[in-house]
Amino acid sequence: METFLTILLDGLQFSSYLFIVSAGLTIIFGVMKILNVCHGSFYAWGAYTSAFFIGKFSEMGLPDGLGFVVIVASAIIVGLVLGFLIEQLILKHMYHRDEVLIVLATFGLFLVLEDVILIAFGTDPYFAYQPMALLDSVEMGGIVRDVYGLTLIGVAALVAAGCWFLLNKTKWGTILKAVIFDREMGISMGINVPFVYTLTFIGGAILGGLGGAYIAPTISVAPGLGTEVIVLSFAVVVVGGMGSIMGAAIGSVIIGLLRALAVHELPQVELFVVFAVMAVVLVFRPEGLFAPAKPRKI
Amino acid sequence: MNRRFLTRALGIAAVSSVALTGGFAQAKDSITIAVPSFLTGGAAGPFGIPAMNGAKMVTDAINNGKLPAPYNAKGFGGASASLIELDEGGGATKQVAEYRNLVEKRNVDAIVGYISSGNCQALAPIAEELKQFTIFATCGTPRIFEEAPRKYVFRTMGHATSDNVAAAMYVKEKFPNVKGYTGINQNYAWGQDSWRDFDLTMKQIMPNTVASDKTQFPKIFAGQYGSEISAMSLDKADLVHSSFWGGDLEAFIFQGAARGLFKKKLGVVTVGGTAAYRLGKKLPDGLVLGARGPYGILVKDRDSVLNQWFVNTYKDIYGIYPSGPAYQYGQAILAAKIAYDKAGSDASDEQLADALRGVTFESFSTTVEMKLGGGHQAATENGYGITKYDSEAGENVVTDVKFYPASCVLPPDGVDSVEWINGGMKGAKC
Repeated sequence: METFLTILLDGLQFSSYLFIVSAGLTIIFGVMKILNVCHGSFYAWGAYTSAFFIGKFSEMGLPDGLGFVVIVASAIIVGLVLGFLIEQLILKHMYHRDEVLIVLATFGLFLVLEDVILIAFGTDPYFAYQPMALLDSVEMGGIVRDVYGLTLIGVAALVAAGCWFLLNKTKWGTILKAVIFDREMGISMGINVPFVYTLTFIGGAILGGLGGAYIAPTISVAPGLGTEVIVLSFAVVVVGGMGSIMGAAIGSVIIGLLRALAVHELPQVELFVVFAVMAVVLVFRPEGLFAPAKPRKI
Repeated sequence: MNRRFLTRALGIAAVSSVALTGGFAQAKDSITIAVPSFLTGGAAGPFGIPAMNGAKMVTDAINNGKLPAPYNAKGFGGASASLIELDEGGGATKQVAEYRNLVEKRNVDAIVGYISSGNCQALAPIAEELKQFTIFATCGTPRIFEEAPRKYVFRTMGHATSDNVAAAMYVKEKFPNVKGYTGINQNYAWGQDSWRDFDLTMKQIMPNTVASDKTQFPKIFAGQYGSEISAMSLDKADLVHSSFWGGDLEAFIFQGAARGLFKKKLGVVTVGGTAAYRLGKKLPDGLVLGARGPYGILVKDRDSVLNQWFVNTYKDIYGIYPSGPAYQYGQAILAAKIAYDKAGSDASDEQLADALRGVTFESFSTTVEMKLGGGHQAATENGYGITKYDSEAGENVVTDVKFYPASCVLPPDGVDSVEWINGGMKGAKC
């Protein structure tokens, strides 16, 4: 029972981390049909910004609790600034181009932003442990768990609920679904699609930044951290179905739980299991488990 | 008549000038040394930058004749060296292409560096093919000189076997009541070799301990170890071995400490030296810490003239104490100077290799004996200590430091590491 509870909590914690990052990726793909490789950069910039300011505030003697405000603010700032600039200066001029070219452009941006991080923050890692230390730890299932890690599950649940509410209960959600369903029809109905694209890209970037900003207190924030996350996020999005929030959530939970099970019971297959799930889904359901329905055009 | 005389005179002059310039080689005034190290990516901060700093500091001192005796003769065989600083990132395929470029297009005189075992493993045969004098500075896999004889390739520090044999010996000596052990190591040559050597040594010298059947091998740079820490917390083993390094090590220590892992179990970190100065108070007390040999925090207070010069000069220039990689790159540059001083600045790659093969020299913190791998692989002592935060000094220190001689933790020349450990480490002189 102890092991079961531990696997469940480990799996959910890892799933939450995966979901927060991959939700942004899948929203951008769903609405804009862009496979955004530079999503890993949003994650990295979120982590760096958050770690930098948490460290600075701590040095200034400000309360550690302020770290949580910094995390949210970092995600929003990174999303607004980077998301807006990239969408307006580069992607906006490429929408009529082939999708493969756009992928290459985002890949190029990813490499550029990785180097800009080196220029801006240097090569030394940043530590921002204060928020994690503030929340202390608790014993669950016979082992000690850090409360900060557990709050990640709550943050992911909030993100999921927020996305569901936005898509299903607001006018904006209706507009987004219309654009996802048929862009041309949306334009003919008077939707300002370029504006929707800009807001969507910023929203996705904020989620990417939030993933990095929230994880920063638990890691050594060092160059290259955006690379790993983008690979895992793609796996989640492919499993869940590209463009589906529900798919990203279910994909994250499947991968997170199976990975945790592997780590506890058969560690040798831990690396294999993530991509095995992806391969199986691709064989039997190439569009992913919850790919949005596509209209049949005549 | 005049024309014939003129033709002969020109011919003689031409032959003479060829003989003087080409036929008899002249000592060079300057040489070029390529120094690859991680300048980008997760390994840059903890490894690559300190390593490059160490190389630059020692090269500058050699060029200006400012190294303490017996290395105070100016230059590399009298020649001043200029360094080409290169990023080691991007994987082995990129490094092989870059290496060929250095040799075939940029005509460097020597190549000194490399941190990644994967890169060294891929480059050793290329260096042999191109007949390029090369000194590996930090990479650890023992396979480089055990899988094939080398003529042009050297490594001036001990390999991973000594790190892990010494770790097991330290555990046996200081923590004889350990009942079982588990591990978390990166899933590539370095991590796998490290765990293998530690596990095999424990089986030999502490046969009553039980190895966990659920040792963890996460991907390098994974960063998230929540599930692994849970699995190890539930494991009955009371010791956790890790050869993690850089950002992975720091993340693991943060996450493990927050969950009380190192209070419940004895942590043995074979590359912990790089984190000791950087983590400060966040490094838990009581960790068994290694630095891949007699480097960094383990030897900070050794009072030899060479070591105190290294520590003080590095601190003056870079504002922090030198960690292991700084020492290791400095040591490799020093080995290049020794080769050039012996063979001359105009020496061929073959002559440089002959000059370094089998030598013994005093380095900054230890004695280096190039006695393994047919005189190409260094043997040095290796040691461990226990971490403790010194609140008065405001920095981490290590207590109960114990060094084991090279002949105790490394196999004799020509003997495979795994066979040596499995055979009960015959010939070990502890």
